[in-house]
Amino acid sequence: MTGLLAVGAILLVGAAIVFVLWRGSGPRQDFLTEAQRITFETLHTAWSAAPPLRAGLVPEAAKKSARHLRTLLDTPALALTDEVEVVAWEGVGEHHSADTMRLAQEVFSTGRTRAFDIGCTLPDCPVQIAVVAPLTVEGHVVGVLAAYSREASAGLVRATNEVARWASGQLELAELDRSRTRLVEAEVRALRAQISPHFIYNSLSAIASYVRTNPERARTLLLDFADFTRYSFRRHGDFTTLAEELKSIDQYLALERARFGERLTVTLQIAPEVLSVTVPFLCLQPLVENAVRHGMEGKVEPGHIQILAADAGAEAHITIEDDGIGMDPEALRRTLAGQVDETAGIGLGNIDERLRRFYGDDYGLVVETAQGLGTKISVRFPKYQHGLHP
Amino acid sequence: MNSTYGVVAVLVVALGTMLIGAYGLRISRTTSDFYVASRTVSPWWNASAIGGEYLSAASFVGIAGLIFAHGPDMLWFPVGYTAGYLVLLTLVAAPLRRSGAYTLPDFAEARFSSPVVRRVASGLAIAIAWLYLLPQFKGAGLTLHTVTGAPDWLGGLIVAVVVTVNVVSGGMRSVTFVQAFQYWLKLTAIAVPVVFLLLAWRAHGGERLNGPEFPVFRQTTTVDFDTSTLIHVEAPANFSGHGLLDGVRVDGDQLWVNAGEHTVAAGSSFVFPAGETVPHLESLPHTTNADWALPMAEGGQFPLYAVYSLILATFLGTMGLPHVIVRFYTNPNGRAARRTTLIVLGLLGIFYLMPPIYGVLGRLYTPELLLTGDTDAVVLVLPSRMVGGVGGQLLGALVAGGAFAAFLSTSSGLMVSLAGVLSQDVLKMRGVRGFRISAALAAIVPLAMTVLVGGIPVADMVGLAFAVAASSLCPLLLLGIWSTRMTTTGAVAGMIAGGVPALAAGIVTISAKTADQWYHVFLSRPAAWTVPLGFVVMYVVSLMTPGRIPENVNRVMVRLHAPENLGLEMNEEPSMSDIRRRTGT
Repeated sequence: MTGLLAVGAILLVGAAIVFVLWRGSGPRQDFLTEAQRITFETLHTAWSAAPPLRAGLVPEAAKKSARHLRTLLDTPALALTDEVEVVAWEGVGEHHSADTMRLAQEVFSTGRTRAFDIGCTLPDCPVQIAVVAPLTVEGHVVGVLAAYSREASAGLVRATNEVARWASGQLELAELDRSRTRLVEAEVRALRAQISPHFIYNSLSAIASYVRTNPERARTLLLDFADFTRYSFRRHGDFTTLAEELKSIDQYLALERARFGERLTVTLQIAPEVLSVTVPFLCLQPLVENAVRHGMEGKVEPGHIQILAADAGAEAHITIEDDGIGMDPEALRRTLAGQVDETAGIGLGNIDERLRRFYGDDYGLVVETAQGLGTKISVRFPKYQHGLHP
Repeated sequence: MNSTYGVVAVLVVALGTMLIGAYGLRISRTTSDFYVASRTVSPWWNASAIGGEYLSAASFVGIAGLIFAHGPDMLWFPVGYTAGYLVLLTLVAAPLRRSGAYTLPDFAEARFSSPVVRRVASGLAIAIAWLYLLPQFKGAGLTLHTVTGAPDWLGGLIVAVVVTVNVVSGGMRSVTFVQAFQYWLKLTAIAVPVVFLLLAWRAHGGERLNGPEFPVFRQTTTVDFDTSTLIHVEAPANFSGHGLLDGVRVDGDQLWVNAGEHTVAAGSSFVFPAGETVPHLESLPHTTNADWALPMAEGGQFPLYAVYSLILATFLGTMGLPHVIVRFYTNPNGRAARRTTLIVLGLLGIFYLMPPIYGVLGRLYTPELLLTGDTDAVVLVLPSRMVGGVGGQLLGALVAGGAFAAFLSTSSGLMVSLAGVLSQDVLKMRGVRGFRISAALAAIVPLAMTVLVGGIPVADMVGLAFAVAASSLCPLLLLGIWSTRMTTTGAVAGMIAGGVPALAAGIVTISAKTADQWYHVFLSRPAAWTVPLGFVVMYVVSLMTPGRIPENVNRVMVRLHAPENLGLEMNEEPSMSDIRRRTGT
């Protein structure tokens, strides 16, 4: 029977470990003083309400935060509105929901907390008094928080006012998040529109020079040009596959080679295993453009560019290297820190920002460079990141 | 047996692997053939790579050993190992690829959007990978011992070191072409000797394989006992030798031994004359060749249960193996994933024709392995025994090299995916350093476990890894892909309810001696009760917790099931290169 006993023992030990971990992960209840307990519970509830508030005043999220806010105020009912309608009603007496916007009108115009007497005639309806407090973002009332109670008290008004102020703070943070996102998106749009006039001019004149001597090549180049611009101006989706991005890079390089001829040599070493990795849209092409610019600028001898994509377990490692004039590390640091620099364009900073946002701070650009010694840029992509799809 | 050729073959395989790892495939591609470089891995290459990684110690030496000892019941092993891909093909391959997941924990997160489900899935994936690495190291030890007489632990250590160094140094990580080459190497190593073995068998007169007699020694055979062994003698036997038999000192005398059980002390060496019936290791069934050739002839407890359990474990376990799933990521889309799986079915089918031939011929030509219990060695010993001369030695070396290639490729595939999960979910260290530490950890644990493990056939150990995968990750995949009602609570409960008992049964089987207990088969073949348990618990708990259905389930389901070219998420006009292709210019 020893075998059965051993199985039983292993299962018991496993159950015990799970139980201990489960108990250990819950909030601890051992507080020294009552004040500690109250502080903990208040902040814990407030903290639970914060993440949904960060999504803004939208019905699904507002409903979640209203539940916690009502716990904070300990009232029978609580409502959240945006500028047009009630987005969440938490608690009893929902038939008063339609009335809320009428009460809120005055608060919207004055921006001050006010108590209203509702005087519900239904028996047992605890909704008699409404305390309506404004939710303010950057001095502008974007909604109200209405607490409903059986009787009025100055304490309730003050408490409602404080909770509304705290919620306003969270909404302001939400606004900040959104504006940061908008900024990055605007930069991506700028990046798409950034195909430089020089590049268009150079490409077209290079193509023109082939029209008579080699019409077939001219046609291929024109098609490359068309595909390249089409990819760059693509309107939808923040993500693409590495294969797509590399295809666009190939078209870009074909056009640059038409211009530089023998002077530009490119080596590519791509592990086919990583071609299906999902990558942010236009995250590599600007790096290659950068390499061409730095590799060919200000010198007569041939420039060499090397693009490597290697498979590394759960990640793909990509390096882009040129043997050109290099960059000034100090200027580069400023660019990556977010200051727009004429020489590096908005490319590097934006790519670095996007990589960090999508994959975390471990995944920023790594640039090795010095004046006159070429530049090597390395990027790592995790093969899978939750929620990212091409 | 002259070991020089075998040692050379093993060394060549090990060094070759190291060199490929150190220098990599440094074939630079210039822009002129950019389109060649950017073409994705074709299903043929990918399928060969899956075959190369999948055909492990169990397939190369284990199956033949089991068939040799236990008869045709064991054919369910190769059938199941292959049929697992049929289930994978029909139910899992394409949706899994479309999920974009690289590992099983990734899939869990993609489907359930829950870090808890992910954590449980990664815990199970790690346990399965360790359970699977263990027989690889054991098999390597056995091979090296058979070829050179080196101690049992040395081969495992060599494989562990070679693979760890390779993975850590960034070589041979998962290079598709290297693994694809490994498949063809293994197929050659096992198929070429078969041709010669069959010719030799014909030349010896094409003896009946299922004759009415017990296996007998074909020629005078010296058998060395490395460990103290309990043997079973069927009919009174007559042999000579040195050592201790039943506690009595024997020194070159002629012995008459009665039928029944006898103990042979370690270090003994006996010489059996030709024509003598082979005594068996006590734990192996003692059957005539005719009985051996019949299914379920060896008796034992609940033979039908054992067979069904094996079928369930292997049919459903394949999809839960960490190193198999990882390969599907390389396919560009769901369709290619299906094609790949179909080709894998063919490649495995061809390979698995070979091991049974070794097992059957072993009954005639290497019956002394039934006495020592090294039944897994039948593939390695048979070529030199049957063919003889330098040719036989070379064939033996080829098989030994192929076996080592099997251990190396499977271990490195497992190690890469295991290190990925460890660094991402356990150590929470991403990047190169985290990967290296994880790889070292991935090798050390199973290496330490080999010390604990007794004389269990490698194919049985692999079967346990399959059972755990079938009871935990298979329900997660199948129900996760095909039911919209799954909840996070249900997924976690199902994986634990199926996986933990299977794991516990596996650990007890390989560490404790339960072979003579009535419940042994329920522990060594747990799948028939743990797989239904996992499925039922996952489904029922999900139905009981309808509030925990992930919010985005419909969107995820569309992604998993809609073919990519429907253009559900794309609304683009065709590109210029498409037009170019269409107009044929």
